[in-house]
Amino acid sequence: MTSLLTSSIDQDGIATITWDMAGHPMNVLSEAALEAFGEHWSKHAENDAVKGIVVTSARKEFIVGADINMLWKMRSYDAATVFSENQRLSQFFREVETHPKPTVAAINGDALGGGFELALACRYRVMAEGAKLGLPEVMLGLLPGAGGTQRLPRLIGASEALQYLTTGKNMRADKALTFGVVHEIAEDVISAAKTAILEGKVPSKAPWDEANFTLPKEQPQSPEWTQTFAGAGAMLRRQTQGNYPSPQRIMACVYHGLQLSMDKALSFEGRQFTALFMGSEARNLIRTGWFGRNAANRLEKRPQGVPPTTFTKVGVIGAGVMGAGIASCTAQGGCDVVLLDISEEAAERGRKHVEDYFGRQVKKGRITTEKAAQITNRVTATTDYKALEGAQLTIEAVFEDRGIKAKVTAATEAVTDDAHIFGTNTSTLPITGLADAADRPESFIGIHFFSPVEKMPLVEIIRGEQTSDAAAAVAMDYVKLISKTPIVVNDSRGFYTSRVFGTYTREAFCMLSEGISPAVVENVGKATGMPMGPLELIDMVGIDTGHKITHETIKEVGWETMLERGEPAKALEVIDWIVEEAKRPGQKAGKGFYDYDDKNKPTRIWPEVYAKFPSNGAPVDVDDLKKRFLHIQAIETLRCMEEGVVTAADDADVGSIFGWGFAPFLGGVISYVETVGLPQFLADCDALAANHGKRFAAPQLLRDMVAKGQSFYPNETAVAAE
Amino acid sequence: MQEAYIFDAVRTPRGKGKKDGALVEVAPTEMSVQVLAGLRDRNTLDTALVDDIVFGIVEPIGEQGGNVARTAAIQAGYDERVGGMQVNRFCSSGLEACNIAAARVMSGASDFVIGGGVECMSRVTIGDSGMPLAADPLLSIPNYFVPQGIAADLVATKYGYSRTDLDAYAVESQKRAKQSWDEGRFDKSILPVTDDNGLIMLDHDEYMRPQTDMQSLGSLAPSFQMMGEFAGFDDVARQRYPEIEKLEYYHHAGNSSGIVDGAAAVLIGSADGGKKAGLKPRARIKAFASIGSEPTIMLTGPAEATKRLFERTGMTASDIDLWELNEAFAAVVLRYMDQLNIGHDDINVNGGAIAMGHPLGATGAMILGTALDELERSDKETALVTLCIGSGMGIATVIERV
Repeated sequence: MTSLLTSSIDQDGIATITWDMAGHPMNVLSEAALEAFGEHWSKHAENDAVKGIVVTSARKEFIVGADINMLWKMRSYDAATVFSENQRLSQFFREVETHPKPTVAAINGDALGGGFELALACRYRVMAEGAKLGLPEVMLGLLPGAGGTQRLPRLIGASEALQYLTTGKNMRADKALTFGVVHEIAEDVISAAKTAILEGKVPSKAPWDEANFTLPKEQPQSPEWTQTFAGAGAMLRRQTQGNYPSPQRIMACVYHGLQLSMDKALSFEGRQFTALFMGSEARNLIRTGWFGRNAANRLEKRPQGVPPTTFTKVGVIGAGVMGAGIASCTAQGGCDVVLLDISEEAAERGRKHVEDYFGRQVKKGRITTEKAAQITNRVTATTDYKALEGAQLTIEAVFEDRGIKAKVTAATEAVTDDAHIFGTNTSTLPITGLADAADRPESFIGIHFFSPVEKMPLVEIIRGEQTSDAAAAVAMDYVKLISKTPIVVNDSRGFYTSRVFGTYTREAFCMLSEGISPAVVENVGKATGMPMGPLELIDMVGIDTGHKITHETIKEVGWETMLERGEPAKALEVIDWIVEEAKRPGQKAGKGFYDYDDKNKPTRIWPEVYAKFPSNGAPVDVDDLKKRFLHIQAIETLRCMEEGVVTAADDADVGSIFGWGFAPFLGGVISYVETVGLPQFLADCDALAANHGKRFAAPQLLRDMVAKGQSFYPNETAVAAE
Repeated sequence: MQEAYIFDAVRTPRGKGKKDGALVEVAPTEMSVQVLAGLRDRNTLDTALVDDIVFGIVEPIGEQGGNVARTAAIQAGYDERVGGMQVNRFCSSGLEACNIAAARVMSGASDFVIGGGVECMSRVTIGDSGMPLAADPLLSIPNYFVPQGIAADLVATKYGYSRTDLDAYAVESQKRAKQSWDEGRFDKSILPVTDDNGLIMLDHDEYMRPQTDMQSLGSLAPSFQMMGEFAGFDDVARQRYPEIEKLEYYHHAGNSSGIVDGAAAVLIGSADGGKKAGLKPRARIKAFASIGSEPTIMLTGPAEATKRLFERTGMTASDIDLWELNEAFAAVVLRYMDQLNIGHDDINVNGGAIAMGHPLGATGAMILGTALDELERSDKETALVTLCIGSGMGIATVIERV
């Protein structure tokens, strides 16, 4: 068996237990490690020759939390088992806390999640200057279930603790010392920990085990307490639309737990943890936010047999906002960038954009001035295609015009070799068609960024009919280089993300034309967990752009064919009206579905929108509207899968959350279908299609899967066994 | 079933519910003692005929806890067999106490029960007794909890009342209250609060601002905007009512009810009881109803309660000569008038809580007395008394002169 941790006793009679998990990239609380820790600790605790115990790590980090694989395996447990497993850990930590023999945490590096909770169960904590503390469980839809929701607020007060518990944000050493979360900051945490034991600095009881303990701030059921929790509840609803049970239950743990003894509080916390663990949100967040995204980031689907790409030079053609953003990310990834445009001024403007961007990062304290200069210096602005010579990859981000794109493709191929890959950042034009302009269509690929490029985490890679595995591999390597998340899809009009995302705003247009109030459309859109209402969103993206794409599609596909496929005619009327008649193209013009103030922030929905689409007077059925918004996106995704545009459920899920902001608590579009349940989802489709039109008709793929009793994630247990 | 009658009703004047209010020296128990003693003395009532005292108190904690009704009965020198209890249905508690008293009489269980209520808002602050629906995350978040002020602004926003509408209503309330005091319309029920020497501490409603006009109200800042925008309650309201694009903040200190101290007591009994006591009934309690309504908008319960009462009794709005709805917030009254199709001439004819204040637990009993006095003064027959209630409830009571 590989060693997970070691321990020894020094000449002063102090035992040190050192976490150092061989075979693991980081120290985590796995089942085996916890068991080993328990054995070491008990052995020393029971040894009369030992005066005290120091817990530390031999790694850069202290302990970064629970082993997610272990948690994932627990999915098959029933509630009683989850609760009793949780209580076993909590009670063990409590034993450490209440044992007469002092246990001290020597926090040499980051202590997160269960690692921080273990430290909190130690009666004395010494922390290294650069280390961070944090309880990020909320991000996985869970809560710190080993006393974190109880000990932190008892140390720093309910309202302060909620700031950390409900956001998962980190606490730095200076803050931790001011709060009294740690007792000392030290360079040599181990010797400081030992000194604390030898000098008797470790209290014989945790503060909350003292008879006269009172909470540091709000007292239970005081007016301040009511105010704190009422306000926090409202703020949480503002931020989450009530969609996230995890911060709610964290708040509940603080609210109820602080009124109980520590032992009962840990029991309450365990019950809340169990409720979260058994719910769909945690499962969805872990499945897509953790496993799915990590797998994508590790390039698990990268074509095999293609050697890894070493990037020394990447070309970016078109120095507009998109191109400059791509240049920023590439330079930050450590690669030289040739930023090319038709004029010196345009190219230089793009380079300046990069410089300004990193200047702002310096101001925000995110990077140093030197680092910013180093990154910016990697970008060369030019008008000369020769500068692209020797590049491994060139990405064009020029105007969405086939003619211009064809010229750029040819000019680039003329100066690059066979190994060079040409990427196009088109968001709408099919890749296979664009590749017609290339001499080497096998090296031609779609690399679709989202705006703003610097901020958006996803890159959608689109394979044309002739795109080679090697080209796909280079594109994936590139996305990894710039620390974004890739998904690979096959060619289609709108690819995957734009195509599905478009159904959200299209459904909103249908609702408007049915006489559903614009306010309802917006508020219900947000209630589904989308980051913005559909009207505000299309205002931001550009209604004129949507209008143009729609009409190009009509021209190329044919309106009759589109209607045949379920395209709702009434949605077209809405977008034609706002763009052609009302002449309101969106936020950048300062007028769209919304009015905008002088800072170009949306103020109110343009009153004419209410006038144009008068209310149908029917009572608002929020659940039905929510279902329409979510189902239509899922149905379009299923069509993409049926057509082979998207080839795996986890790609669809990752792409939806990180591409267009589909609600993370639903785990992505396909996890949403799984959460609803395939048979129920199919029944919903049939009902929606009957009531609202055949755009809701269930794809055959779904019918077949329901008939066979299949799931989109049949191998989840295999993932867990990794 | 026997009939329940109102034999008499008394109330204290209302003192400002602030540290410098005229009644701040008077404890809730003492305030209660004075109305109980007053009710007994002016009716030369043999208290042995009274079975029980039911008092409404909204913050039943500290010196308003520990059963004020029983404590006051002891201190007031009532017969020792007169018990006491306190009830809480938020703002309607005083009327609920009277309804419970009436129900006890109607059932034949008692000859006399006193209903009433007390609230010393200067001494026990709103919220002091706790509010799990607001604070407990397992309750507040799933149930879209918003504070009352936000609910009032939600009523105004949803049903389209403007700031001008609300302010105009408030100005009229002040005008009516002033006229009623000037004409002595409240004299029949008012018991001035006195000290141990018999010196009068307060003999009028201290909160009133008769000079109020549209201009002076116009200068007041909205009271609940911070709560909505800063704390996030506007989004909670909008999530519950997605038809609201933007919450308007129209309520302020001048068109919402005042924070005051006060107490009231109503003597309710049967015809037999009246004979035994030698008292003549002034009105019959004809019907009453309490009901729950949607809790986020919270304040639309009066119409629901009225509807339930009408359904149960077969009465209609045209049977009501006089309406009294507690002026918790101006929008609440405007909405009720629209729903029931009532003209302003027929409702709150003597002003209300916007002008004179709303001593939470006492108000219901106070306005029951006000309505009775007004029926007699204007020689009308039937009055309906109603209040909106926190957490989404409503109450209504119909009385008719005998």
